[in-house]
Amino acid sequence: MQEENDNILEQITSSEYKYGFVTDIEADEAPIGLSEETVKFISAKKNEPSWMLEYRLKAYRHWLTMQEPDWANVGYPKIDYQNIIYYSAPKQKVTLDSLDEIDPELRKTFEKLGISLDEQKRISGVAVDAVMDSVSVATTFKEELSKVGVIFCSMSDAVQEHPELIKKYLGSVVPATDNYFTALNSAVFSDGSFCFIPKGVRCPMELSTYFRINAANTGQFERTLIVAEEGSYVSYLEGCTAPMRDENQLHAAVVELIAMEKAEIKYSTVQNWYPGDKEGKGGIYNFVTKRGICAGPFAKISWTQVETGSSITWKYPSVILKGDNSIGEFYSVAVTNNFQQADTGTKMVHLGKNTKSRIVSKGISAGKSNNSYRGLVSVAKNASNARNFSQCDSLLLGDKCGAHTFPYIEVKNNTAQVEHEATTSKIGEDQIFYCNQRGIDTESAVALIINGFAKEVMNQLPMEFAVEAQKLLAISLEGSVG
Amino acid sequence: MMDAKIFFNDIYKSQDQPNDLLKAFQQKNWNSFSELDLPSVKHEEWKYTRIKNVFTEAIQYNQDKTDFSEEELSKVKLPGTANANSLVFINGIYQPHLSTLTDGSDRLIIKSLSEASTDEDADFVNEHLGCSNAYHPDGINALNGSFAAHGLFIKVKKGKELSQPIVIYHFSDSRSGFRFSQPRILVSIEENTIATIIETYHKIGNHQSLTNEVVEICVEKAAHFRYIKIQNEGTDSNHTGTTQINQLGKSTAHAVTISLSGEIVRNNLNMVMRAEFCESHMYGLYLLGGKSQVDNHTIVDNAMPNCLSNELYKGIMDDNSTGIFNGKIFVRKDAQKTNAYQSNKNILLGQNSSANTKPQLEIFADDVKCSHGCTIGKLDEDALFYLRARGISEQNAKALLLHAFAADILQQIELEELRNYIDSLISERLTITI
Repeated sequence: MQEENDNILEQITSSEYKYGFVTDIEADEAPIGLSEETVKFISAKKNEPSWMLEYRLKAYRHWLTMQEPDWANVGYPKIDYQNIIYYSAPKQKVTLDSLDEIDPELRKTFEKLGISLDEQKRISGVAVDAVMDSVSVATTFKEELSKVGVIFCSMSDAVQEHPELIKKYLGSVVPATDNYFTALNSAVFSDGSFCFIPKGVRCPMELSTYFRINAANTGQFERTLIVAEEGSYVSYLEGCTAPMRDENQLHAAVVELIAMEKAEIKYSTVQNWYPGDKEGKGGIYNFVTKRGICAGPFAKISWTQVETGSSITWKYPSVILKGDNSIGEFYSVAVTNNFQQADTGTKMVHLGKNTKSRIVSKGISAGKSNNSYRGLVSVAKNASNARNFSQCDSLLLGDKCGAHTFPYIEVKNNTAQVEHEATTSKIGEDQIFYCNQRGIDTESAVALIINGFAKEVMNQLPMEFAVEAQKLLAISLEGSVG
Repeated sequence: MMDAKIFFNDIYKSQDQPNDLLKAFQQKNWNSFSELDLPSVKHEEWKYTRIKNVFTEAIQYNQDKTDFSEEELSKVKLPGTANANSLVFINGIYQPHLSTLTDGSDRLIIKSLSEASTDEDADFVNEHLGCSNAYHPDGINALNGSFAAHGLFIKVKKGKELSQPIVIYHFSDSRSGFRFSQPRILVSIEENTIATIIETYHKIGNHQSLTNEVVEICVEKAAHFRYIKIQNEGTDSNHTGTTQINQLGKSTAHAVTISLSGEIVRNNLNMVMRAEFCESHMYGLYLLGGKSQVDNHTIVDNAMPNCLSNELYKGIMDDNSTGIFNGKIFVRKDAQKTNAYQSNKNILLGQNSSANTKPQLEIFADDVKCSHGCTIGKLDEDALFYLRARGISEQNAKALLLHAFAADILQQIELEELRNYIDSLISERLTITI
């Protein structure tokens, strides 16, 4: 019994951040700092065509003219953009004939993370694109997907193999000049995933990308582009982890989704970057731009996110509802503990007629953290009969944390119907008492209540992810309840 | 176009030198105005309201002194306030000879700010004058502060109940050109008192006007204070006003803001709870037509535990009008057991009308109950159908529903005659515009 207790104790103390290990593999790195040379270096490394280099340089030159934004409700020391390595790739053999040839160290890393690159993973039926530091190291199930015409590969491969698609869609939803971090990303992005679902195809399996920052002093700038042609469907999962390091690392990604007529994209994220230690030292700065466009009528884009990691999260997955009758959804659980800061939410831009959007955001703050919801619902002049419902609830655990809500609602059409509601509360003593009375100890009772609080969002996640996300939620808040 | 800073600099330099306290205050405000300048739409708090142009137009304003007869004043008397203490401001300056007081000096003290800052109230002035400045670091508040010496001081004495409300009439004379005025009022509602202040605005003449007002009120322990602001100045009148109510222990403050017309109107209303067990109520109604733009910004700052605040703002936008609402609720670290509620409801009637709303919560304490909600929509189709099915014409049915929508706010006005008068203004508007 005693031994078992010790085991549990050990599990709990070590479970703070179980992905915090470093993998010792040789990496191929760009010289530290950012200049046109760095951009050219990255482009040359990837053997890119000249139009791609031009795109990057244009973005870089624009970035130089921009100011780092400061409107978000987060505070951090100024980032020194010259002290970051913009390109880091695990060294490996030039070409791979099969997945067996992947560096065993690398393979182990992903196994530790629970992402098996082996074919045996076939059973779970999830196609994985694994991205380490800056480059994609492996993509599984490529062949099976190509049978139905689905293209799923790393961004660098896509630039080489499908330049016409990349040229057409890259930057079409999130232009390089959109904001400070997208300009930076467009200049130095190293890899990411590209996914194309042809007309009328329902993607036979869940697609997934796993991001991992490994090398020190590096920034990760990946780029995801998903195009769903008319009448197609895809469900896409994204997961991320990083080693525990004392310094802060920058992650500035861009995700673009394009849903044509009657297409549906479901994008789920479990974000678990290293959040920093209990004193708020280290951790990832997660400054991400995610945006989707419902380009045709009856298209649907759904974002689901579980945000537990990162010392600072700053992201607003958005949907532009351009096609008539299109639908946008946003489901989010953001958990902050210790010194984490999160400023997250969504933008729903109603342009087409009869467009609908739904926002459910649940914020949980504990420790000394700050959790903000910032959202925009905008109904343009011609978007008649637009409908939006937003709900953002905050739960406060402890008296040193903060919860903030900044919903912007702008309506320019008199047939629109927009509703917003928000509440802030703590876990009621009577709720805990009720559970205690039924033999559930306080810690489990809190976990139970939090799970119930987040249920509406968790239900939106694919099954494999939902289990992981629930565990993550419990771990993130461990020890914060007393 | 002339630069506002250069323009106001000349006037600032040429004004009479007040006493040391006010001189220092004006200097401080002038410095921050010079530094901040007027806000553009890039300023987060002015995102939806283009105010800078109005100010730059105003700098060509005429400074002729004008006068009104008592007859003109009697034309705009608010119903139900025949015996009230009425204070008259013309172009932002208090006019004692036009004002009448029913409550004696044992209860109510009215004097100039420059007098109050040299006598026994000097400490109060020193402490409270400019308390709203920290909440509005946007140059506009500071611009008013730079000319605060002509302001008015009102005191309701400890333990007294006013027999009549205080009604403040603001007149802008725009007969000969753009009129810019900056009223400044500091109010002390002492312990255990009951008082009501009503502010109303009138423009005479066909040119534009801009009123940039700051009213700062301190409601002391166990005092009950009611505040009503009625805006029906007509088109071509612009307004930027800040009313801050600081509350001390166990006091109650109740504010109603009614906006019926105006070109660009911005109302800042701040309730700052500086002690435990305070209660605040804020109600607002904006019923807009034409190109009117009304922007209500409210702040509830809970600094201490056990306070309650309740807020309800309702808007009806017709034609090309725009309604803006931004409600902030701050719950500071120590403000446990705070209950704060906020609600904003909007109906868009006009094809080109729009509503921008941002109900904002910032909470740093865990044992609180806070909620906010907002809605933007059209009239309920089912309710309309119900009324139509009972033989009520579409126009009447709509007017009936809108009237009921507005009633929630009107009920908050205690003075029956005044309530009926505003009700009649609304009825008139609803039948004309729909």
